[in-house]
This record gives sequence, C-alpha cells and structure tokens, in this order.
Amino acid sequence: MKAASDASMPDSTFLDSTELVLNMGPQHPSTHGVLRVILKLDGEKILGTDCVIGYLHRGVEKIAENRTWAQFNPYVDRMDYVAAVSNGLGYCLAVEKLLNIEAPPRAQVVRVILTELNRVASHLVWLGTHALDIGAITPVFYCFREREEALNIFEKYCGARLTTHAFRIGGLQYETYEGFEQDVKAFCDMFPPKVDEYEALLTGNRIWKGRLTNVGVLTADECKEYGVTGPLLRAAGVKWDLRKAQPYSGYEKYDFEIPIRQNGDTFDRYMVRMQEMRQSVRIIRQAVENIPEGPIMGKVAKVIKPPVGEAYVSIEAPKGELGYYVVSDGSTQPYRVRVRPPSFVNLQALDRMVRGALVADICAVIGTLDIVLGEVDR
Amino acid sequence: MADEQKPGGEAAGEPAKPSPPKPAAAAPKPPATMAATPWENDLARELKERFGDRIGETSTYLGQNFIVAKPEAAVPILEYLKLEADFDYLVDITAVDWPKRPERFDLVYIVYSFPRNERVRIKTRISDGYKPETAVGVHLTANWLEREVFDMFGIEFAGHPDMRRILMPEDWQGYPLRKDYSIIQQDQRWVQENLGIESGQ
Repeated sequence: MKAASDASMPDSTFLDSTELVLNMGPQHPSTHGVLRVILKLDGEKILGTDCVIGYLHRGVEKIAENRTWAQFNPYVDRMDYVAAVSNGLGYCLAVEKLLNIEAPPRAQVVRVILTELNRVASHLVWLGTHALDIGAITPVFYCFREREEALNIFEKYCGARLTTHAFRIGGLQYETYEGFEQDVKAFCDMFPPKVDEYEALLTGNRIWKGRLTNVGVLTADECKEYGVTGPLLRAAGVKWDLRKAQPYSGYEKYDFEIPIRQNGDTFDRYMVRMQEMRQSVRIIRQAVENIPEGPIMGKVAKVIKPPVGEAYVSIEAPKGELGYYVVSDGSTQPYRVRVRPPSFVNLQALDRMVRGALVADICAVIGTLDIVLGEVDR
Repeated sequence: MADEQKPGGEAAGEPAKPSPPKPAAAAPKPPATMAATPWENDLARELKERFGDRIGETSTYLGQNFIVAKPEAAVPILEYLKLEADFDYLVDITAVDWPKRPERFDLVYIVYSFPRNERVRIKTRISDGYKPETAVGVHLTANWLEREVFDMFGIEFAGHPDMRRILMPEDWQGYPLRKDYSIIQQDQRWVQENLGIESGQ
C-alpha cells in the first residue's frame, strides 16, 4: 500500500500543537470491513475525516459488460453480501423492466418472503455488530442465533446461505422445498419474542442510550442533501420507503407500516430498524399465508436479448435505495450496468455526522450507517 | 477460465451496430434505437419553455421520463428542478461510454422528487476531454458520485472541490469503465510490473 499522499490531507501538513491525525482502518474491527478513515483530531474532538475506500473494489460494473445478462446475476450477490437476496431482486427487476415482463404471481410472493427474511438477517448483523462496537457483547450472540434460522431457510431453498442467487430473470431459481411454508411460519412465530429480548437488553439500557442519543445527528434536509436513504432517512422523520412509494413485486398488497422517528440520531435509527424487523415479519406472515399456485418462471427466452434501451429500477434494500441503471444495445450482454449503492452514498454523510463529536462516537456512527464495504467498493 | 473475453473489452463481438440510442428513425426489423416516445406534461413543457433549445428532447421509455440536454444546461436544469419543481434528491450520476460516437459519453443524472414521487433522468452527451460543470453546488451528494465518474471514465468535473480517484488507487493507469479499457491488458501489465514475469492470461 502506498503512503497516504498529501492530497488526502488538508492543505497544510503542519498541524497546530493541539491537533493530531489518527488513522483508523482499513483493518479495524469496528469499520465493518476494509474502510479506512483518516481522522483529524483536537484531543478527543473530531475536526474532520477523510474516507479512503476501494480496497474491496472488484469492478463489478466492468464484469457485467463481459458477461451475458443471466451470467451477471450471481455477481450482484457479492456486493451487499449480508443482503444478497435484495441485490438479486433489484437486478432481476431491472432486466425484467427492460424486457417488459413480470414474474408470475407465485414467484413474486416467494420473492417477497425471501427478501424480507433477508432484511431481517441483514438487520440482525447490523444490530449484533453495532452493539458490539458500543461495548455490549451479548446481543451479537443472540442476533446471530436467530439469523441462523433465516439462513437455514435460504440454505434449504437454494443451498447457499449468504450469496444465494435465489432469483432468475423472470422468476425464481428453484421451486420452494417441501416444508418451506412451515419453516417460514415457525420463524415468524419464533422471531418477534426475540426482538423483545434484544430490546430488553438495549432499549432502556442507560449506557446504550447514553452512547447513542444525540450522536451522529442527520436531519431530514441533510439526508436529502446527501442522498441518504433507508432507515437513516426514516429516523429523521421522512416517511419514505420505496416499498410504499413505488411498490414492486406486489408490496402494495401487504399491510405494513413504515416506522419513523423524529430526531435523526443514532438511537432513533436503532429504534427504526428494530421496528422494521417486526414489520418484515408482519409482511412475511401475510405472504406465506397465501402463496399462489402456478409457475415460478415467466416466459423468458433462453438467450436474453433485451431490446435497445435503458431503465433505472430501484428497490428498498435493507440499507436504502438500491438502484440499477441498465443499458442494452440489443445484444446478449449488458452494455452498461450501473449500481446505485445505498452504502456508498450513505457513507458520504459520515463526515457531516461526526464533525465535532468525540473519537468514541465514530464507532457508533459507522455502526449506525450500516455499511457493507462490498457494496461501497463494488 | 471459462469466460470468453472479447478483445479490447468491446461492447459486442458482432460487427459494430449503430449505437446512438435516440432518434426514432424508421429502423429495419429489430429497431436499433431506443423506442422512446415523447414525454409531454406540464413539467416537460415548463422545462422546454425555460431552457429552449438547450433541451434537445423530452422522452419517455418504459414509463420512465428523461431529458436530453446540452452539457452546459445540465446543472442549471438540476438547480431549476430542485428549486422550482421539488426534485430535491439527486439519486445518481453516472456515465455510459459510446466510443464510436463523436460525443463519446452519455452523462446521466437521476433525480427524484419526494413530494411528487417521481423520477427524471437528465442525459447529456459530451466528448472526451470536455469538462462538465460540477453539480456539488446544487446537491452535496454529487461530490462522491462525480469522483466515481471521474475515476471510472476520466470525465473531469470543473469546479469540483476534490477531484481525485475514489475507488481505484491514486496511481492507477486508465479509466476502467471506458469500453476500450481491456481487463486482460490491465492484468498483464500489473503482472509484468509487479512480478516481473509474463502473465499467463
């Protein structure tokens, strides 16, 4: 690795006698991957930050141009690998838009079930690691215990736990397995009391509140200014969720709420995500009750050749708006696939959130951003 | 390695197709251009009135509206949309490379309006070396998004506060998402420079 060039620092390399530059990462347990943050400090106070990213850049968008439309499908799972199902859904929906087709009803319902299960699994990773960063050891074991149940369903469905490749362009990769519905229902029964358990550990906990309240505040206007979406935006009081605003995959048929909070601080984002897990279970319950019979694949040619054109399709991923801008030149390969990653865009607001805060707060703020570096760097 | 790489990472192995996506000329069997239809509503009319011939076309494709504008009009349009039409959220900035076209890049801005629940794309065509104005003054999100476009396509934004690479290392050669950037060449060079041997690729 190269030494940090001066370009990444403020103009003057000479610091005041009270100032200090601290390098955090890329190998640091609370940066959730290979994020490097260069902090300029005055004692304990953060004067400014510079994020160095790209350590996990694999050139996903370039790979897309060298694969066929269907071949690229598994690659998207490797971006946000804790929410692989959402990535796959977004990509499939984008290509389906280009082809102007829709997945059959059965496929849509199973897609919703798996995507919501994945949202729960993703939020559990967030909660466990976030709590660990703050110094609470127990929640991570609880969270991973329940996440295991969700991953088991994925494993039984498609053989993979993390990079699932659950969907195909036009429908599902596999028919559901014998006992799928029972497993999903069992999860729905098991899970809500566990959320109560996490909340009993954390919500009223004095240390937890002390470390999170009024830390990393991002107001609604700042969120819009920085393009920040997902739970961060909702914790700032904006009732906006793409599942409601621009429903896809039949989300308009389910009865659920968008949890919001008003302060836009780290504690509110915690509360929003806890509520979202409950709402996800609510959606899954409704979906699993009536999975329609029928085919799992729409009419899609073996060789996918979308007509010349372009489309932008986005979904509400666990981390925010995940968009795919796809351009077809009429051939069997994507001409361009652009991924609009929520983690990348949200991470940009880090500087605004931690300026003036204390060094210890940056761990809380990185945790609450819920970034996955695989998606930031792609 | 099971994947067949095309030389030079060109778009398609077949003989070059006319790539420009627009003008709806009467095309033979499978239309080689995007079958977009005109987008006409109050907003489209307002924009055309306001920006005149700086807006080339307002179209819609698959229910998604887009504007094709002159490069110098992009930021004023973003500003107008933000201040006058509530498009307060810049979703994305990206580019598409069409190397056979004289104006080589499509620079694409996607904006969304919370009150209207509506998305619009603004597309401009720019040639290699043209420096479009930065949108950071209108939307702060543009900062990293433009840095990524610079990193991947080599499009430099004039007036950007911090125009340097973001995902690739600072000393990286070339711009990976240009169509003439070959991933095989890239690999060979790296192996030669860093390992001092010939790459097996």
